[in-house]
Amino acid sequence: MAENGRNGANGAAATLDSGENRAEKATWRNKIGLAEMLKGGVIMDVVNAEQARIAEEAGAVAVMALERVPADIRKDGGVARMSDPKMIREIMDAVTIPVMAKARIGHIVEARILEAMGVDFIDESEVLTPADEQFHIDKLDFRVPFVCGCRDLGEALRRIGEGAAMIRTKGEAGTGNIVEAVRHMRTVMAGIRKIRAMDAAELMTEAKNLQAPYDLVRYIWETGKLPVPNFSAGGVATPADAALMMQLGAEAVFVGSGIFKSGDPAERAKRIVDAVTYYNDYDKLVEISTGLGEPMVGIDIRTLDEKELLATRGW
Amino acid sequence: MVKNTEESKPLCIGVLALQGDFQAHIDAMERAGATVAPVRTAEAVAACDGLILPGGESTAIGKLMARYEIDTAIREAAGRGIPVYGTCAGMILLAKDIVSGAERGGQPTLGLMDIAVARNAFGRQVDSFEADIEAPAVSPDGPLRGVFIRAPYVVEAGPGVEVLARYQDRIVLARQGSLLAAAFHPELTDDLRVHQYFLDMVTAGRNGADN
Repeated sequence: MAENGRNGANGAAATLDSGENRAEKATWRNKIGLAEMLKGGVIMDVVNAEQARIAEEAGAVAVMALERVPADIRKDGGVARMSDPKMIREIMDAVTIPVMAKARIGHIVEARILEAMGVDFIDESEVLTPADEQFHIDKLDFRVPFVCGCRDLGEALRRIGEGAAMIRTKGEAGTGNIVEAVRHMRTVMAGIRKIRAMDAAELMTEAKNLQAPYDLVRYIWETGKLPVPNFSAGGVATPADAALMMQLGAEAVFVGSGIFKSGDPAERAKRIVDAVTYYNDYDKLVEISTGLGEPMVGIDIRTLDEKELLATRGW
Repeated sequence: MVKNTEESKPLCIGVLALQGDFQAHIDAMERAGATVAPVRTAEAVAACDGLILPGGESTAIGKLMARYEIDTAIREAAGRGIPVYGTCAGMILLAKDIVSGAERGGQPTLGLMDIAVARNAFGRQVDSFEADIEAPAVSPDGPLRGVFIRAPYVVEAGPGVEVLARYQDRIVLARQGSLLAAAFHPELTDDLRVHQYFLDMVTAGRNGADN
């Protein structure tokens, strides 16, 4: 996507005069670039430094630092907020891979705190309790890249329009049930294919129907893909789940509760990493899936009340 | 002049596709006119005339390489003189020494190139940047646009290593015989000159081997 117009009102991309050579920091290409580097990898939720080291040792490309994994947030109820910076800092000090952290939807100050700490990616996440029920954060105005969840193409393009440098499916976090992530990924990919087949004259009406920026709809029509990397999250519990999401079009996979709520987290983490690399190699997937022990306990989505769903948060 | 089939076979560039921005390298190499194959097994390594180690997370790629014994295959190929080109994580994997981070997580590397590399040496993601890079041997007609993402740089280079570019006195592009390493990501720009330079190394290497 063009560099132009992808920086916020305050000009997130700073030009630094370093004497002989001018360097530009936090460009759009830098932001998307980190998402590019995470492709084909697994990003794991961790709640302390020890889990972060297990994740890195297993081959995670990044960790998501949070106080409670979604399964516990779901169980505990109450308001879920940004994690304590102390705990995030301990995780940043424990590993060399990128560290992500979550801010509440619309919570500008939580996001600024994470940016000031030097967190590598911010997840403006529906897993936490929203702080604003009308507006998301103006992400173009930040130096740090953002990832946001989506259930369909319109939601993905609204978040990219606001400056998200990576999109992920929402799935239904903390359930160990892949059905919602599959639904969201299929919906996004079908939306892309539909635009691809359109006549140019149809694009504006499609943008209106999707409630999405016209230039991003046009970008998809021209290229057949989203302008930022497209990852999957929400409900991955097994290596086969991770491989399934890759086959449906995900470029990398987030695993939340699925690893550290299982019987043997270190081994499961490693197997899910391998499954994302070899998602098309069934002989290897047999090996990878064999003898893995207990997965996390899953929840049938149909038993959840509407108000218990996390994916419906975000606008 | 009639060439034998071995000679007329088009060059095949393998791109290690375990994790990272391998698709960007595949696209860049195809635009440069090469036949490209993603590499995920030791057997696939052996079939390449040249190999690219992409950007990504060097710990993740290193662990997958070791788990599936692809590291051994790459060392063997490099030993036969097959050119190898690494960007960012790829540079780290090529290095003999890693000066920070290696003690945590026990990072496996290939140890092929006589350089010591510092990981995340420019800082975290908020310090990622772009800058013009003068590399006369690679791009005599003007600077390269260097995209640096949590980038490493070379802190020490052995006598056999040719420094091709520096940024603020730090070595960011270097060559040792048939090995090429960049701290930045030419594959994330539309500029094909570094990929073309590597392709020329592969062609020269094969012609040299024929003589």
